Formats: sequence, structure tokens, C-alpha cells
Amino acid sequence: MSNRETSEAAVRRSRLGTHLLSYSVPALAVLGAFAIGAVMLAALGANPFTGFWAMAKGAFGSSGALVETALKSTPLLLVGVGITIAFRANVINIGGEGQMVAGALASTITALGMTDVPAWTALPLALGAGVAGGALWGAIPGTLKAYFGVNEILSTIMLNVVAVQAMNWLLRDPLIDPMEIERGTRIPQTARLPESTDLPLFVEGGRLHIGPVIAVAAAVLVYLLLWRTTSGYRLRAVGLSADAARYAGMSVERNVVWALTLSGAMSGLAGAILVLGSEGHRMVTDGSTIGFTGSAGFNGIVTALFGGLHPLWTIPSSFLFGGLLVGAIALQRAAQVPTALVLALNGLVVLFVVSLDRYRRQLKEREERSVPSIAAAGSEADESDSPPSGEDDDHG
Amino acid sequence: MADIFSATVIVATLSSGIRLAVPLLLASLGEAFGQRSGVLNLGVDGIMLLGAFGGYFTTLKTQSPWLGLAVGLGVGLVLGLLSSVISVSLLAEQGISGIGVYLFGLGMSDLLFQKLVGTPLPAASFQKSPIPLLSEIPVLGDLFFNHSIPIYLAFLAIPVSTVIINRTRFGMNIRAVGENPEAADSQGISVTRVRYAAVTIGGILAGAAGAVLAIGLGIFQQNLTNAQGFIAIALVYFGAWRPLGVMAGSLVYGMVSAVVLLLKTRGIIPLGASDLAAMIPAVITVLALVVAARRFRAPTALTKPFIRGG
Repeated sequence: MSNRETSEAAVRRSRLGTHLLSYSVPALAVLGAFAIGAVMLAALGANPFTGFWAMAKGAFGSSGALVETALKSTPLLLVGVGITIAFRANVINIGGEGQMVAGALASTITALGMTDVPAWTALPLALGAGVAGGALWGAIPGTLKAYFGVNEILSTIMLNVVAVQAMNWLLRDPLIDPMEIERGTRIPQTARLPESTDLPLFVEGGRLHIGPVIAVAAAVLVYLLLWRTTSGYRLRAVGLSADAARYAGMSVERNVVWALTLSGAMSGLAGAILVLGSEGHRMVTDGSTIGFTGSAGFNGIVTALFGGLHPLWTIPSSFLFGGLLVGAIALQRAAQVPTALVLALNGLVVLFVVSLDRYRRQLKEREERSVPSIAAAGSEADESDSPPSGEDDDHG
Repeated sequence: MADIFSATVIVATLSSGIRLAVPLLLASLGEAFGQRSGVLNLGVDGIMLLGAFGGYFTTLKTQSPWLGLAVGLGVGLVLGLLSSVISVSLLAEQGISGIGVYLFGLGMSDLLFQKLVGTPLPAASFQKSPIPLLSEIPVLGDLFFNHSIPIYLAFLAIPVSTVIINRTRFGMNIRAVGENPEAADSQGISVTRVRYAAVTIGGILAGAAGAVLAIGLGIFQQNLTNAQGFIAIALVYFGAWRPLGVMAGSLVYGMVSAVVLLLKTRGIIPLGASDLAAMIPAVITVLALVVAARRFRAPTALTKPFIRGG
């Protein structure tokens, strides 16, 4: 009996160890990326400490900085939450960029059409159009995957390409500001959208609009959806084991479509907020998706991973990564280091997170294999209150 | 209006289509090697961007496009090895890890460009090397045999790759670890080593693709590839994982781009409509993915990391 107790204690201890590790993986990843970032700063002739200090101050050091950070975090949070939905259903959505563009275009077209509509109808409609546009751009790869067996990574990538061309065409031709044609400048941008579709500001003349609040509310809603509703339970069940879910009578196909639709809807909302909350209150293209999204469709993946694929943890995570983007501007001013550094660091964070993740899982599996009888007998009670794959379970 | 149908314009357009196809061809050929071995490398665009910057910068400093191409290959080799470590040894989720490589390449190439060059200075490009006799053939000579040497080499890489994949032991091993790594492992084939080799070949070709792109244009700028690396990945599916299919896909892309460019620069159709036309190949690729998903089977072990006894 005592033998069994010590073994159980060992299992519990090892489990505690892996739990600690699982919490610290994202933090370790960021530390690793920052260590490399420090080396890069030094190589570029900047003092890493003063550099990072300038970044932190530029991102969080004043109320103005915090406002900028909140605004930059908004698309990251929405895309990140969307990515979380998809990944939880075991669907990989690389199409955040395209879904943002699709949402922004739908929102722009709707807003342009509402010149004499009061704000209380116009704004919700414009935002709703963004949600719908993104949802459609997610539903297409979802349907292709569920019913035609098309790999969603490929189709979402290609739909990014289609979306950017559609954006370039629409903004250069049918949606172009008539003034641009009159003046002959032909900058590919729309006219100023009706004021009724401007996102309300917290302080008149300030920069902070309600976008960040909408994003946080969306994150909370997605959390409730995933963990407090049957529909969310089905999504996660399909993600954990498609076969088991099918055996339990769930439609894997429908849930795959649903996951990508919801995921796209979040990115679409992000795109709509980018347009409606922009300083010029219009949509502009420089010919690339990145020019419009600022890579938020990809950076959102970083925030989702850092948030442990949990909608609520993605809130602080997006604030941190939004802060990085804002801080990069201060860094550029202080140390003449281009803001592109942050993009490179984000890439490193992704690489560290995914590399450490498998290592952590392997570690856990090895531990469980090394004490088979106990793991089988003693773990049942522990496992029953958490879904089959414990390591994938939520952080919160 | 009538002059766009003249033989010279048609030949010039088709010939520029061939040139535009080459970066895609090299990148997707490399990706095909990795995927046949069971590894999906989503970081191609990032590798291309860094290869492009390396190639451009070296050419700018040394006036030697060949040295530039060599540096592009070297950058691709390093990043290919890095991708192998992450995907093969660290067993990372391949659908995500490549995005890390992409973001790193996108940011890093821009950072280096701004720090080391700043303004887009034009660099030397490859000389055209008409092939003696063959280039004298009317129309066809100009179309196929009046290019720079890297372009000939890229097209030569297609039959070479077909032979490597289908007729050599190395190619057999690549296919074996991509289809059934457990069986290959039990036959004494090192899954790890074969996948490292295949993914690294992919990296080298992606680096070369970037360098050829930048040196061909003679410039570099932020996000120079504009997602060509991602398109290259889709072309592997389009081409059913075969070098010849990959070449066909790249040529379709290159030709459509060339025609769109022609219509645009000649002002034959409005600028907006040419953007609409530029959408066509992407839409075709999505449709082709549907057909490919039904007709061709991806390597069975694609995206699945191999753990012995796991």
C-alpha cells in the first residue's frame, strides 16, 4: 500500500511539474525571443537594456501610450480569439489576413451605402457586415474542408491572395473616392465613410474608440460559447477527437464549417474596426494585405498561442503584443532600430512556442508510460474532470 | 490596340511569363521535396524573403549576381536546416511553425534592408545568355532559348528532380518516409536524416527562388515576394506533388501575371479590371485544390511528425 502511495505521489509530482511547465512554456518562449532580440539589438549597435526600456515606456509608460497599445491590441485580440476557436476544433486557420480584408470590405461597402441612416442603426449594421464578410471568408474553406476534403491551410492561404486582389480591384475601381478621379491622383482609397458609422470615441477629440471594448466583449462571449454552451462543447469535442465525436453522434463536418465561420467572423470584425476606427475613416490599400492589416492576421496567431489558446488569456496576451508593436515605434526613435524587429521577434515567439509544446507533451507522455499501472489506475479519477487530453485543456 | 497581337509582343509577353514563373517554380519544387518526405514547410515565403535580401545585398556590394545567388542558396540552406530542426527533431506542429519562420523572414529581411541599404538602390542583374543555334529559331528561339542562365537551370531542375524522386535510392527513401515512416524505419532508413535532407533541399531552393526574384528585378523592398511563397505551397497540391505538375502550375501563374502586366502597362483595360484579372490564378488554384483533393492523394504521413514507437 505504501508502495502505491509513493508511486501515486510521484505521478502527482510529475504532473505538477508538467503543469508548471505548461504554464511557463509561453513565458519561456517570449524570454527566448527577447534574448535573441537583445543580441540583435546589440548587433545593430543599440544597448539592449535602454532599447527594451524605451519600448516598455513607449508602450505602457503614459496614458497616451496605453491608448495606442489598446488600439493596436484590438485586431490582435479579435484575430487571436478567432484562431483559438479554429485551433480548439483542430482546424488550422491561416486566413486571418484575408478574413480581415473581407470583413473590412463588407463593412466599407455597407457604410458607404448608409448616408442618411442614424448612427444607432448604421454602426451596428456596418460592424455586422464586417462580421458577415469575415464569416463568409471563413465558411468557404470550412465547407471545402468538410465536404470536399481540401486542406484548410492551403485554401485559407489562397483565399488571402484572392481577398487582397479583390481589395485592390474594389478600391481602385468601383469604390474609389470620386475626388481621387477628379484630381487625377487615383490613390486607391474610398471616400470618407458617413459619420454615422464612426466608432464612438471615449473622449471627444481623443483617439480611444470603443473598438477595444468590443474586442474584449467578443473574447468573453467566445469563452462562454466554448465552455458554457453545447455548441462550444461540440466544437471542442470534435477538436479533441473527431472519431469519438462522430461516434457520439456529432456532425464533424458541420462543426468544422462552424469553427472556421466563427473564426472568420472574429477576423472580419477586426477588419471592420480597423476601417471604422481609422483616423481617415476610410479604407485604403497599398496593394498588399499587410499594408491594410499590419500583419494582424498572422500576429493574431502569436497572441493566441501566447494566450494558451484560451479566449480570456488572449486578452492580456494581445495587450502585450500590441504593446510590442507600439513600443517598436519608440524603439525606432530612441535607437534607430526599424520596427520590423518586432515582426521578427513575433516569428521567434511562434517558433519557440511550437517547439517547446511538443517537447512538453512528449515529456508528459514519457512520464505516464514509465508508471503504467499507476497511471492507468490512479489517473482515472483525476482525468474524469478534465477532457481526454489533459494537456490541451484550458489554462483558466 | 492591334499591335498587341503582333508576334513580337506575344513572344515578349510569353517570355516574361516564363521569367515570372521561375521563382514560383523553384520554391514549389523545393516544397514538393519536403512534402514528399512528409513535412509541410509553411515558411517558404520567409525563406524566400531572406534569400532575396541576401542575394540582392550581395549583388549590390559585389556587382556579382552569381555571388548573390550563392548567398541566396546559403541563406536557404541555413533556414532549411532550422526548419528541419523545428519540424523533424522538435516535432512542432507544422501548420503553425512555418508561420513563425514566415514572420521572422518578413521582419528580418525588412530590418536588414532598412539598416544596411535604406533606399532601394538598383543592383546588377543576370545577363541574357542566348543558346547558340537554338536561339536562332524564329519565335521559339526568342521564347525559350534567350534567357539568363539561372532560368535554364531552374527548368533543368524539373527533370532532374523527377529522376531523383522516382529513380534514385534517395528519392525512394523520401517517398518511403513520406508514405509510411514506420515501415521505412523498420527497413533501417533513418526517417530523421531523410526528412532533414528533403526539407533542407526545399530551403535551398526557396532561398534560390528569392535570390532569383530579387536579382532578376534588381531591387529589394519590404515584402518583396508578396505571398509568392504561399502560392508556391498551393502549387505543390495543384501539381499533385510531381515536379512536372509543379512546373505546369508555375507556368500558368507566370503567364497570367505576364498577360495582366501587359494589359495594364498598355492601358488596354482599366487598372481596376487588371486587378480583377490578377485574381484569376488564385481562384483557379482554389478550384484546382478541390479537384486535387478528389483525384490525388497527399503523402500519407504529411504533417505527421515521426516518433519511433510512438
